[in-house]
Amino acid sequence: MSASASASNVHAGDADRPVLSIKGATKRFGSVLALSEIDIAVRRGEILCLLGDNGAGKSTLIKCISGVHRLDSGSIVIDGQVIAIRSPAEARSAGIETVYQDLALFDNLTPAQNFFAGREIAGPQWLPRGLRFLKQRQMDSETVSLLANLKVTLPRNDAVVAMMSGGQRQAIAVARSTVFARKVVILDEPTAALGLRESRQVLDLVARLRDQGNAVILITHNMEHVIELGDRAVVLRQGRKVGELIPTPDNKQQLVAMIVGA
Amino acid sequence: MSETAKDVVKSGIKLTDPLPFARVNTLSILLKILNFGPALILLLLIVVLSVTSSYFLTPRNISNILAQTAVISVVAMGQQLVILTRGIDLSVGSNLALASVLGALSFHAGAPAALVIAAMIASGAAVGAINGGFFVFGRLPHPFIITLATLSIAKGLALQLADGRAIPGMPPAISALGTDAFGGLPGSVFVVLAVAAVLFVITRTMVWGRWIYAVGGRPDAALRMGIPVSWVLVSTYVVSGTCAGIGAVLLAGRTDAGSPLFGNLLELDTIAAVIIGGASFLGGRGHLGNALIGALMIGVIRNALNLLNVNIFFQLIVIGTVIVIAVEGDVLRNHLEGRVRVLQAGKHA
Repeated sequence: MSASASASNVHAGDADRPVLSIKGATKRFGSVLALSEIDIAVRRGEILCLLGDNGAGKSTLIKCISGVHRLDSGSIVIDGQVIAIRSPAEARSAGIETVYQDLALFDNLTPAQNFFAGREIAGPQWLPRGLRFLKQRQMDSETVSLLANLKVTLPRNDAVVAMMSGGQRQAIAVARSTVFARKVVILDEPTAALGLRESRQVLDLVARLRDQGNAVILITHNMEHVIELGDRAVVLRQGRKVGELIPTPDNKQQLVAMIVGA
Repeated sequence: MSETAKDVVKSGIKLTDPLPFARVNTLSILLKILNFGPALILLLLIVVLSVTSSYFLTPRNISNILAQTAVISVVAMGQQLVILTRGIDLSVGSNLALASVLGALSFHAGAPAALVIAAMIASGAAVGAINGGFFVFGRLPHPFIITLATLSIAKGLALQLADGRAIPGMPPAISALGTDAFGGLPGSVFVVLAVAAVLFVITRTMVWGRWIYAVGGRPDAALRMGIPVSWVLVSTYVVSGTCAGIGAVLLAGRTDAGSPLFGNLLELDTIAAVIIGGASFLGGRGHLGNALIGALMIGVIRNALNLLNVNIFFQLIVIGTVIVIAVEGDVLRNHLEGRVRVLQAGKHA
């Protein structure tokens, strides 16, 4: 459950077998077909960019993977096993971490408290979870070493995140996903609200997530980021998968054309 | 931007640079003053009153203030937990009245003191459970509605059971709590301290307490992080109701009676105490000290106005005015925090 445990998983298992694969994902909202027969797969140590115009189905697809929505049909396979994801908690216990666009940070809590929210280190074990006593010092020190691993330094580790800037908050949210990420990390437009320099810092973090052996799904509108970081890019349009290729500076125009349907 | 993107990559994320403008420091100091404001104001009140009234600082008067503040303090601490989750418990006064009536009735039915106390606390907790249960599992939009309903129901039930009158008589053990003094202090003070200690342990050292703050800070994120939000919410109403039951024991002890007329406007006093004490209505911000300082401030203001012979109607106006000032202070605090964040973000963009 600790940072070291997730690091020890690096490169475990067959590198060619996808950690996460989605087969025939279909989702309707009323009469609107939001997702239609979508297949994607992502491997360890790989960044898969999910591209598409607004309303293409990117967010719906990741919400189905992270347990916010349920697929009408299709299957989610993790490490070769078909699993049912019925809630965000189930997705997390299956090893899927999501950094939401709204960050889902608790403004009134410190970074360490945010990291361990809902998964507090506490004891004794024989008590019901809610009645256990917090091991705050252990959580604080694990947070410090984790942030050091990711080369994130904050002005104060004991200040509530409400007092931190957009880039710091984004870094905290991404770092939190690494605490417990065991298999897959999904990032929904992590640089959307950031300036140039802060974007760079977050992209750097995303690369570290990959280097630690996670399978990363990155949603972004920024083609430069896709070409720089993406090992593969999947393009969605109107709920369908319209293409998949390895992004390079040469096929940037082709990617853009697929996104807008030209 | 003087550095190239590459330099930033090499150096990792450095967010420790000194804050951009001297203004941030000014704002931070202002924020600190706002956070400690309630305690400072209480101190100032006490200093001014001890100078202007020779009676104010006498042991007798202090003991009197503490005895009168005990009920508000205990119930306000429960209210504090509810307010931490962005809720409100309007039923505490009626809940206390019903508990005191049930206590008095059980005493007259021959129950021993321990059972009378248990009856009052259980009655309080039960009303709290009803509040929390209907709010959460009845999918009500806001606890205002259900606690307003139980305010009415509990009051009506108490009046019905007591036939509209106070029921005199309490076991000596309970009367002792309200009147006797240990070391010059009323017994109720020790009950307040005990309740504060238990709630301190819950809110500061237990997972339960951490969840209360998380749910108050960001309910939707709490759900996504796997925190059992429904049960956390219900628990705060049960605690608030339990505190009302304990308040009933204290008030019954002080007056040697149970009465359906107890706890009138107690919801106002306790909410006022929490807000005056510096907690935030915006959720997840505040601690038990806020409720205690706020309750003491209300006690001191009432006492002072009494010593200065100001009539009771004017007291209501003063308390209400103080609430408005405290809430505006909370709004100002949030605004200043927003400013600090914008300035910091400007530095790093």
